[in-house]
Amino acid sequence: MAVAIAPAPAGVSLEALAEKARLLRKRIITMTTQAGSGHPSSSLSTVEVLTALYFGGVLRYDPRNPRWPERDRFILSKGHAAPALYAALAEAGFFPVALLRSLRKAGSPLEGHPNMRVLPGVEASTGSLGQGLSIGVGHALAARLDNRLYRVYVLTGDGENDEGQIWEAAMAAAKYHLDQLTCIIDHNGFQQTGPVPEVMPLVPLADKWRAFGWHARDIDGHDLGQVLDALHAAARVHGQPTAIIAHTRKGRGVSFVENDYTYHGKALTPEEADRALEELGWK
Amino acid sequence: MEVGSEAPLRVGPATREAFGEALRDLGATHPEVVVVDADLNNSTRTDLFAEAYPDRFFNVGIAESNLVGVASGLASCGKQVWIASFAAFLLPNAYDQLRMSVAFPHLSVKVVGTHAGITVGEDGPSQMGVEDIALATALAGFQVFVPADAAETRAVVRAAAALEGPVYIRCGRPRVPVIYPDGCEFTPGQATQLREGDDVTLVACGILVAAALEAARLLAKQGVAARVLNMASVKPVDEEALERAARETGALVVAEEHLSYGGLGSIVAQALARRAPVPIGFVNLGDTYAESGTPADLLAKYGLTADHIVREARATILRK
Ligand SMILES: Cc1ncc(C[n+]2csc(CCOP(=O)(O)OP(=O)(O)O)c2C)c(N)n1
Ligand SMILES: [Mg+2]
Repeated sequence: MAVAIAPAPAGVSLEALAEKARLLRKRIITMTTQAGSGHPSSSLSTVEVLTALYFGGVLRYDPRNPRWPERDRFILSKGHAAPALYAALAEAGFFPVALLRSLRKAGSPLEGHPNMRVLPGVEASTGSLGQGLSIGVGHALAARLDNRLYRVYVLTGDGENDEGQIWEAAMAAAKYHLDQLTCIIDHNGFQQTGPVPEVMPLVPLADKWRAFGWHARDIDGHDLGQVLDALHAAARVHGQPTAIIAHTRKGRGVSFVENDYTYHGKALTPEEADRALEELGWK
Repeated sequence: MEVGSEAPLRVGPATREAFGEALRDLGATHPEVVVVDADLNNSTRTDLFAEAYPDRFFNVGIAESNLVGVASGLASCGKQVWIASFAAFLLPNAYDQLRMSVAFPHLSVKVVGTHAGITVGEDGPSQMGVEDIALATALAGFQVFVPADAAETRAVVRAAAALEGPVYIRCGRPRVPVIYPDGCEFTPGQATQLREGDDVTLVACGILVAAALEAARLLAKQGVAARVLNMASVKPVDEEALERAARETGALVVAEEHLSYGGLGSIVAQALARRAPVPIGFVNLGDTYAESGTPADLLAKYGLTADHIVREARATILRK
């Protein structure tokens, strides 16, 4: 099947993308601390992946026409990383950046987990882990039925790979040779109650995906060059879907949060947020 | 409509057969209809659609959670997606997926649970969906329909296709008595009165509609005039028809092939508690699973026959 490959937009350097990533981190910390709750550490590990997708020329989208039928789809299966998605969507122009201040407040479309009915740019309502890849399979099958060339990207957590539905969806994607589908696994090593190898061992993770009929590769999920390269390479794989296991750090960018799973699901206090922004060079 | 008062009903096709045929017919007029299966198409009869429209049919294997998720994705892209499995497996197995990926985003996914109730028979209780009405009605924004015979099933399928949101339709395994003529209409939210009467009202859905008609005949012989309401539209329920029945007959019996909690009985009781409280009797499975056996033996043993409805009606009338 012919696949349109989005070229890296002219003039976007890795340095500029790194700067975008730094901005997204600031927004994630600021909005969750303002809200007083949320999952900043789970959001921070996804930042380079989201930056590459939305600003590295991977996703084709039109913020003035969020339901453009030819748009590429991004489905945040790990819905608790909503702050990262919201920061990216705001920066991409789907809604004003000022709206980020309303996160988790009654009446705001920026709910604790993404709600596709109220916020433009959100492709699936998520928050119950394990369901996004199946939805991505549905989008990819629809592309085939409608002869459309859009690509579908799904981001899951690593702990989320405990869910059986992920593997049901993986089998279905391989059966239907959905090469327009890419699943990125945010392999930050921790889930809610501990390190992944203790809660539920996943090794050999890439081999599991391969055994399910996927093209799979491991990358450094904070190296923008590697992330971009893997996403573009996925578009050149024919006849099978691609899994990108992005090795990341939970809480990446904030030294005292990185790899401390007890920060899962906790907003930083205003003092902690100040320290974090300082570490990120914003103070 | 008034159904032939005295002649016994002729046996017709199973509601699942009628569903399969109606779905295939829908494929011809509705190019946006897509069907997803979880390895049961020759039981649920979505195989009829699959043969006619193989490009719009996907079998995801024995994976109900993924079945619902894939349907969600297709519906997000503008398809009208029909999924079918046994009622026992689809709702209990993929309930969170139905809640999160279909009900919450209010997508056009039409969910059909076949082999509902104890008339599954010999395969036994593991295969009998006896809680599906409770589960389906508890999904916000879902409409829930339980047709009584083949003709009504076809009408329900056509009506569901015309609705924009999610729908659950309950179908059964065995052949069932013919109540409606071919080409009958079904309107969501409307009960159909099948028999006039002012001593008591028998409210039923699914296979218990035929039993209620039979019960009304038996009651007539005893000098009791029973009204019969087919409540195929379980949600939204026809509160006006229920209120009228309560005011005009003063007592109701609700009969269904379902557990006692959360079924049609609960819905009727809730509506009448608000609008016109009267004595209500219940004919259902109570709080227990059934067992293997012939459908007729099981209906008799678990209290779902015309005789049981008659007894409950007489007892309820005494409480007026
Ligand atoms: C089905 C389901 N079970 C439990 C939860 C609660 N929960 C939210 S986040 C989380 C841990 C997720 O771990 P992982 O997938 O590794 O994501 P991370 O936060 O590390 O990015 C859990 C258990 C949920 N949201 N959904
Ligand atoms: Mg994790």
